[in-house]
Amino acid sequence: MKTAVIVFPGSNCDQDMYYAIKDGLGEDVDYVWHAETSLDGYDAIMIPGGFSYGDYLRCGAIARFAGIMPAVIKAAEEGKPVLGVCNGFQILLEAGLLPGALLKNKNLKFICETVPLKTENNQTMFTSLYKEGEIIRIPIAHGEGNYYCDDETLAELKANHQIVFTYAGENPNGSRADIAGITNRNGNVLGMMPHPERAADAMLGNKDGLRLFQSILNHWRDSVHANCIS
Amino acid sequence: MPTASLEPSAETIAQEKIYRTMGLTEDEYAKVCKLLGRKPNYTETGLFSVMWSEHCSYKTSKPLLKKFPTSGGRVLQGPGEGAGIVDIGDKQAVVFKIESHNHPSAIEPYQGAATGVGGIIRDVFSMGARPVAILDSLRFGQLDNARVRYIFEEVVSGIAGYGNCIGIPTVGGELSFDPCYNGNPLVNAMCVGIMNHADIQVGQARGIGNTVMYVGASTGRDGINGATFASEEISDKSDEKRSAVQVGDPFMEKLLVEACLELTKHEALVGIQDMGAAGLVSSASEMAAKAGVGIHMNLDLIPQRETAMTPYEMMLSESQERMLIVIKKGSEEEIQAIFSRWGLHAVAVGTVIEEEVLRLEHKGEIVAEVPSDALASAPVRHMPSRVPETYTLNQTAPAWTPEIKNYPETIKRLLTQPSLAAKDWVTRQYDYMVQTNTVVAPGSDAAVVRVRGTNKGLALTTDCNAKYLALDPYVGGKIAVAEAARNIVCSGGIPLAITDCLNFGSPEKPEVFWEMEQSVSGMAEACKELETPVISGNVSLYNETDQEAIDPTPVVGMVGLVEDLDKVCTVAFKNAGDAIYLIGEAQAEFGGSALQILLDGKASGKVPALDLELEKARQSNVLQAIQSGLVSSAHDISEGGLATAIADSVFGTSFGCDLTLFGDPAVELFSETQSRYLVSVPKELTEKFETIVRDTVQIGIVTTSDELHIACDNESFTLNRPDLENDWRGVLSCIMSTEN
Amino acid sequence: MKKVKVYITLKESVLDPQGQAVMQSLHNMNYPDVQDVRIGKYIELQMEDGADIAQKVDAICDRLLANTVIENYRYEIEEEVRS
Repeated sequence: MKTAVIVFPGSNCDQDMYYAIKDGLGEDVDYVWHAETSLDGYDAIMIPGGFSYGDYLRCGAIARFAGIMPAVIKAAEEGKPVLGVCNGFQILLEAGLLPGALLKNKNLKFICETVPLKTENNQTMFTSLYKEGEIIRIPIAHGEGNYYCDDETLAELKANHQIVFTYAGENPNGSRADIAGITNRNGNVLGMMPHPERAADAMLGNKDGLRLFQSILNHWRDSVHANCIS
Repeated sequence: MPTASLEPSAETIAQEKIYRTMGLTEDEYAKVCKLLGRKPNYTETGLFSVMWSEHCSYKTSKPLLKKFPTSGGRVLQGPGEGAGIVDIGDKQAVVFKIESHNHPSAIEPYQGAATGVGGIIRDVFSMGARPVAILDSLRFGQLDNARVRYIFEEVVSGIAGYGNCIGIPTVGGELSFDPCYNGNPLVNAMCVGIMNHADIQVGQARGIGNTVMYVGASTGRDGINGATFASEEISDKSDEKRSAVQVGDPFMEKLLVEACLELTKHEALVGIQDMGAAGLVSSASEMAAKAGVGIHMNLDLIPQRETAMTPYEMMLSESQERMLIVIKKGSEEEIQAIFSRWGLHAVAVGTVIEEEVLRLEHKGEIVAEVPSDALASAPVRHMPSRVPETYTLNQTAPAWTPEIKNYPETIKRLLTQPSLAAKDWVTRQYDYMVQTNTVVAPGSDAAVVRVRGTNKGLALTTDCNAKYLALDPYVGGKIAVAEAARNIVCSGGIPLAITDCLNFGSPEKPEVFWEMEQSVSGMAEACKELETPVISGNVSLYNETDQEAIDPTPVVGMVGLVEDLDKVCTVAFKNAGDAIYLIGEAQAEFGGSALQILLDGKASGKVPALDLELEKARQSNVLQAIQSGLVSSAHDISEGGLATAIADSVFGTSFGCDLTLFGDPAVELFSETQSRYLVSVPKELTEKFETIVRDTVQIGIVTTSDELHIACDNESFTLNRPDLENDWRGVLSCIMSTEN
Repeated sequence: MKKVKVYITLKESVLDPQGQAVMQSLHNMNYPDVQDVRIGKYIELQMEDGADIAQKVDAICDRLLANTVIENYRYEIEEEVRS
């Protein structure tokens, strides 16, 4: 599997994502500069955390107009796995690939800590290696992770099982319905505030996030296998 | 020479003694005239006044700093460049420095703290290193004061705002509260970077004809005279100097880091330096002076954010996120290409010249011309010193002995002092995990950061118990270094070197200058004995409010090397059944102790003694035991004594303990006798452990209980861990949610 | 040349924690008459004049300046006197 980690000016979890895939997963991975225009040849697309363009105006608002974004949207339409973490989630929302928006944390402060998450849906290409309802521990680190959507959207998210992760302990940021991560309707675009790439290395004492990347790899292997047979 | 129309002429400056309001003394002005062979014009007077300020020149502290050992086997670069460099093997090196931003933080705490972090990061990457960690040593007044709470909250937000955005983990530091910082907080930021030996850069302008380039943010009028400002006391008038506050842009700095690290791999780069305090003038003159050359700079080419800026304003501006670089002539376009990829401008603004002068051109005229090294050679000030009466009184006072009626209550009260309480309210706001190398997160004795690609780590800490220094700056100075080293050792690291941030009051007071002399002597002695040279540092003087100086607070930032990350050690107990050992015997030493402050409201008497030979031997034994894998947890015994050390070891775990102590329970539990440790050792390894660490005694075992049973002579009591931990964790968030 | 003043505010239905915090402070400072606080953004644009200027400003707001999932905007177009 060949993965692209998109680098915007101000991305700062790009290396963490890169090493989670290279060292944690043992797969091929490249940094792709925001000014590039093609993602052909990549099997999975990662939009890492950070403060793209300083998060000035609104988190992710400026990144969404970067040269690479049409290619990201194309990859999403083709059904490739697209994962946005933290600022990456914010960018996917701004780009309209996921519904809703993110507001400032309810306590108005940046929060960095490891929190329990509940796996609400394990029937996705990102979560197949988790058990349904499984509680995993994943770090969060954000100032604007308070997920908001209107009632109608929330009902749709629930009806389509698009809510993948919720906060299992105290809701750290005030998000609606304790939402920590959601997919698009097709289930191939996942946006989440918690950082699975920070929980993919035994030396740092937590490997709960690695299974998310392994799930993507399994999905890719299955799809390659299916293509070969057909 | 012509001057801008509104500026006073050289003659007027001399006649009306305008140089005095600009910060130069009579003697200094006379020396400037002598160096130039004429009277300086307005711009030149400004250049000297800022470069000869205490902040830039260390004119008062220089003679003291000579006492520090600054070289040693592993040191690759000592003080004098942006930051010091120490070898860590495998052709890699660690780069680090600490710096104060006390005065800006007192006026505008968010931006003051943020730009403090930004500045120290630039010092590190200008050496060619990738910044991998930030530590912050913070001191504030009492939290019952609304202004203090505001400053505390905003300083923490500012550090978080800058560090989190730029993507460098804030992994540690200190936090304490004392009335002496009520009007003058201390905000000291330390940055640590990792680099390859081959990429080491220097801030030198070598090579006649080479091009001087300006990179980064544009220049505005912000922070003009900031360096002079930092060398004055804070008074009610400080609010009027608000222009001294600069605004940070961490996004710009993130781009600068990436572009400059790309640049340091380029063979055309000759020298690079941060435009820190005193901006363009300090970077240009220092780069020229260090290389024994001159620089001709055309100020019309300086990127400007505001209109009609004068040469004086451009040279003295402290706009943030700017660097000055010198590159080989002819490579301008290649260098510009690197910066433009990151959306930054690199502008050729000058040339390296043979004549050793800093020559400034503006609108076709030469507006200033001063010898390069003149700006860097401020006359040293030899200040008188005098032993304070309080010192003599404390040395001769009868020993203070505590009277404790209720031990559990006393322990609880100690642990809920803001200085000893949990720091989660602060550390939760810092991204301490980004870069995914944080092996030991904030909360242990030292943070440990992995050196990616190896099985090695860097142990990082800052330390200073100012209460000891207030009573005895010499012994207190020694203790600051020794305690930092103990923190490193407890994490499994070999202490390598230190950076220091010397925070004091006004050196013009003989008693304060005496404190400086004594502190530095004590620190220097400990650095020699413990083989941890001083490789970088910063001096912050005039930390006073309404004539009242802060306690002497020379903060030690220490870096250690963990050779095998599998042997890294933390404070927390790990297994039930482990034997708990106390290393070192407690004496009745309470001068400056947390218990004394709690019960008596103030520090008095003699501070705990420190025997450096014993200190070194113990450190070596404890480190050997940890490196041999014999130790489950280790913690040095410091503020609050054994009682707080035990609490720290059970908090955050599901363990309790059964302890039996012998002797006076007040001494056993609360004495701050130095060179002591609390460690836990797996049962099956106790024999081996005792052969390595000899002056130790087993005092109990780790249990699975929620309770801590402590027996000592005729005292015996039980503490409930969850209750105690709840109280300890709640202190800061409870105080900070108080309105107004 | 025109000066365009753009005001961006959170939609009524969206909680504004910053505004809530400010209101709390004002109440503590003894201004109980403050009933609600909403914090927004104010942005100034200097733009070439043209027949379709309002249309352009709408597009700029929709596409970049405001996130219409959570924010409303309004603007004023003024004659800019060049200095």
